[in-house]
Amino acid sequence: MSYLEYNLRSVPSGLAKVLYLNWGLVLLLTAVSSMGFLMLYSVAGGSIEPWADPQIKRFALGMSVMLFVGFVPIHFWRNSAVLAYGLSLILLLAVELFGVVGMGAQRWIDLGFMRLQPSELTKITLVMLLAAYYDWLDVEKVSKPQWVFVPVVLILAPVALVLGQPDLGTALLLLIGGGAVMFLAGVSLWYFAVVISGGVGLVTAVMASRGTEWQLIKDYQFRRIDTFLDPSNDPLGAGYHITQSKIALGSGGWTGRGFMEGTQSRLNFLPEKHTDFIFTTLAEEFGFVGATSLLFLYALIIAFCISSALKTDDRFSSLLILGIAVTFFLYFAINMAMVMGLAPVVGVPLPLVSYGGSAMLVILAAFGLVQSAHIHRPRLR
Amino acid sequence: MRRPDRDNQRSLRKIRRRTLLLGGMQVGVLGILGARMRQLQIKESEKFRLLAEENRINLRLLPPARGLIYDRNGVLLAGNEPNYRVVIVREDAGDVDKVLGLLAQIIPLSEEDLDRARREISRRSPFVPITVADRLTWDDFAEVAVNAPALPGITPEVGLSRTYPLDKDFAHVVGYVGPVSDFDLQRIDDDDPLLQIPRFQIGKTGVENKLERSLRGSAGTKRIEVNAAGRVMRELDREEGRAGANVQLTIDYALQNYAEARMLGESAAAIVMDVETGEIAAMASAPGFDPNKFVRGISSPDFKALLDDPYRPLANKTVQGTYPPGSTFKVVTALAALEDGHMSLDETVRCVGYTELGDRRFHCWKRGGHGAMDLTASLRESCDVYYYEIAQRVGIDRIADMARKLGLGQRYDLPINAVASGLMPDKVWKTETKGEDWLIGDTLNACIGQGFVLSSPLQLAVMTARISTGKMTVPTLIRAVDGRRRLQRPAATLDISAGNLRAVRDAMDEVVNKRGGTAHRSRLLGEDMQMAGKTGTSQVRNITAAERASGVIRNEDLPWERRDHALFVGYGPVETPRYAVSVVVEHGGGGSAAAAPIARDIMAYALHGGLPPVEAYPSEIRDRIASEQDALILREPIAPTEGRIRA
Repeated sequence: MSYLEYNLRSVPSGLAKVLYLNWGLVLLLTAVSSMGFLMLYSVAGGSIEPWADPQIKRFALGMSVMLFVGFVPIHFWRNSAVLAYGLSLILLLAVELFGVVGMGAQRWIDLGFMRLQPSELTKITLVMLLAAYYDWLDVEKVSKPQWVFVPVVLILAPVALVLGQPDLGTALLLLIGGGAVMFLAGVSLWYFAVVISGGVGLVTAVMASRGTEWQLIKDYQFRRIDTFLDPSNDPLGAGYHITQSKIALGSGGWTGRGFMEGTQSRLNFLPEKHTDFIFTTLAEEFGFVGATSLLFLYALIIAFCISSALKTDDRFSSLLILGIAVTFFLYFAINMAMVMGLAPVVGVPLPLVSYGGSAMLVILAAFGLVQSAHIHRPRLR
Repeated sequence: MRRPDRDNQRSLRKIRRRTLLLGGMQVGVLGILGARMRQLQIKESEKFRLLAEENRINLRLLPPARGLIYDRNGVLLAGNEPNYRVVIVREDAGDVDKVLGLLAQIIPLSEEDLDRARREISRRSPFVPITVADRLTWDDFAEVAVNAPALPGITPEVGLSRTYPLDKDFAHVVGYVGPVSDFDLQRIDDDDPLLQIPRFQIGKTGVENKLERSLRGSAGTKRIEVNAAGRVMRELDREEGRAGANVQLTIDYALQNYAEARMLGESAAAIVMDVETGEIAAMASAPGFDPNKFVRGISSPDFKALLDDPYRPLANKTVQGTYPPGSTFKVVTALAALEDGHMSLDETVRCVGYTELGDRRFHCWKRGGHGAMDLTASLRESCDVYYYEIAQRVGIDRIADMARKLGLGQRYDLPINAVASGLMPDKVWKTETKGEDWLIGDTLNACIGQGFVLSSPLQLAVMTARISTGKMTVPTLIRAVDGRRRLQRPAATLDISAGNLRAVRDAMDEVVNKRGGTAHRSRLLGEDMQMAGKTGTSQVRNITAAERASGVIRNEDLPWERRDHALFVGYGPVETPRYAVSVVVEHGGGGSAAAAPIARDIMAYALHGGLPPVEAYPSEIRDRIASEQDALILREPIAPTEGRIRA
């Protein structure tokens, strides 16, 4: 369906768009972010400085960005997908060349008022481009090898750049997120079977390369894998994060130790307690009830997105919403699996909760795209 | 671009199918995450809660107050005094140099102290308190406390440290404490966590060392919350430890002080023992040293001086010094002969100044000889020839048996270091250790306490006590621990006939109280003061035949370390013995001249319970005694610590 057909049906315009916002989604995003503010207040020892205050300001900025993006017609975003993708690739190259080194990897560009992580931006622009690609592509050709090859290249280009930073977590997110859009678009399952078995082979090769001259990943990444496999092996060294994180989670019990009563975070046993490991503080202080509540809110966000995607007749909108939802899902699933010792520590923040400016802005901007698709869904007159 | 609607619908259907598929997978992942949460937070919650507590809570030990040591009357010998010190916490101080500079204006601090403090501050975490100065006077301490607001990061603190108020007098008996060393930890099998505290003070020598377990007490604990960096956040609760047990010695501080003072300038040892109970009333070894120096950390020149001193101040000569007992041993030989029936009391031996054995001559100390000697006379005048004769009749093994019965050649279990067992040789001993046969000449040397025989002043005091009572008195040094009296088994009766003991005692009486006795000049007057005893002079060198021919060189003409040891053993009062005393003056010359007067004075002090009146001495020496008494530097009387004498 193209924009021309929109005339047959009504599309909200002007201030009326506000009425067509997906208000449930807005509420859910606010609720999750508020839990984040609460936790940032707690880990700072009962102070809005230094984390909660800037986080609230960024949330306010992010909500504005979301509304702005949401009110822009969805066809504009489809038309600018190629441009956005190209821009983010250029930025990725830029961090490669001029980026600031942080945590052993080049990740951001300092813009003065904020630090931009192009890899965050790429997660969204990649989904946009893939959605636009499959919107454009004749449905018959979707599983043809040459038309499968194109999106694979589109995915692998940023993945390669991000791996070069090196940021294994984001690379994985891009890979799986992109793959998910291809999957949704209907690419034959055989391709996935081949890729997955190839992936298993690659992992085997990577592990086998350890200590040899052609070692494929860095030593610290190997150590993280070791740590993941057996955290007790080195409890004060590399395994410290995982061990302490599990202790914090487990000691929460059913209802937790109480707000600001978590000893693990308050006494600094938790590493990076305001960023990647913030979920452990939440689980420690609010227990199983608090942790599952957050999980439930995240699940509702995904459900709202899927529901919105299923209602639209627009292929681009549908794929875009679903792609963003999958990326969002991957964010929190990988983060939670990581802090609960189910996945290696790869450095993925908990979306909307972890302290961090560009992640918050990019996620809310992405939900702006979801809102745009939702608002500008052609409705029967 | 326009696409057929049918095409679009097909595509959308496919998307929906795949969406449901992917949604299913997501639900699966959510299920895994939820299950993991349940496992960690509900199933294994207990375990992790415990681990979190272990993370957060540290146990800190609270050192208990060390047990006090008292003399027999409750006078404090080893106590704990508040140690006023000043500590600095770097992170609270800010500018450490400035604060230390201010502090140095208030209390005396050497450049060395400041350097040590700065070094330690830079080495430790910023929140660890570092001691800048300790053992401050109360005035300095108060000065710091008053000025504390102007000294950020500086805290005045009070701890306990060991102090020995009678310093030198009890250095050997009580010993001293010092910080536990790696060497100590290796040596002693003790898992008391207190020993892991850096610089924890443990007993290093003497009673402090031997009764360490009783004196130490048990650790208290406090639970504190720490953060990941180990910094203390708050105290959760505390459990006080148990203070160490107080120990009461049998020693009388005043008598001990007198004995030490009386032996000033000599390298000597003296023991006073209760003949009935075996309680040691004085155990003095001169010269002494100040144990407080060791507690504070002795400087290496001071320590070297103590080590290099030929008078060996660090040694407790009363128990670890072993000397040939010389003529004091004759009481053993006499008793052995009497008991064996080889000698009767009235049989005489003629002393011509020597005995010939093969081609060897064994000399009596008196060149011209004593003439006819019976047992009493031989002891009184200490005739050697008499003993050469009876020793040949009795043989060394019987003499050795008698010596052992009287307490020589064995180790007593006293709570002090290096208690020596001495040596009472016999035939088997010589064969086993030297691989040679026992010769008759060895017997002749041994019977007058020379040759292989070695005994400590303690053993000689035990011997004297046993002869005076006829009981198997065993020495003891501890009167009570923690207020409970140490049980003393009543001494068994010696397996020696009372008549023979009486005969030897009579002879010992004559040694002191009859004209011609070797210690007659050291007699005391009055029924309750009269003392019996035996002198001894033990050679530390061989006298050659040539020297003997030209006249034996007098002790005064020899270098100190080659002079004879002077010995005296005695008991008093003669009729109702209370104390046994033994004195050894290293290289002091003759026993009657060097050792007997010291023994006499100590005995008089013990029997009188203080400085005796000059009337206790023979009239011709009273003036000299009076001036000697005046010259002595004695300690002012010390009141017993109230409420501490429970035993």
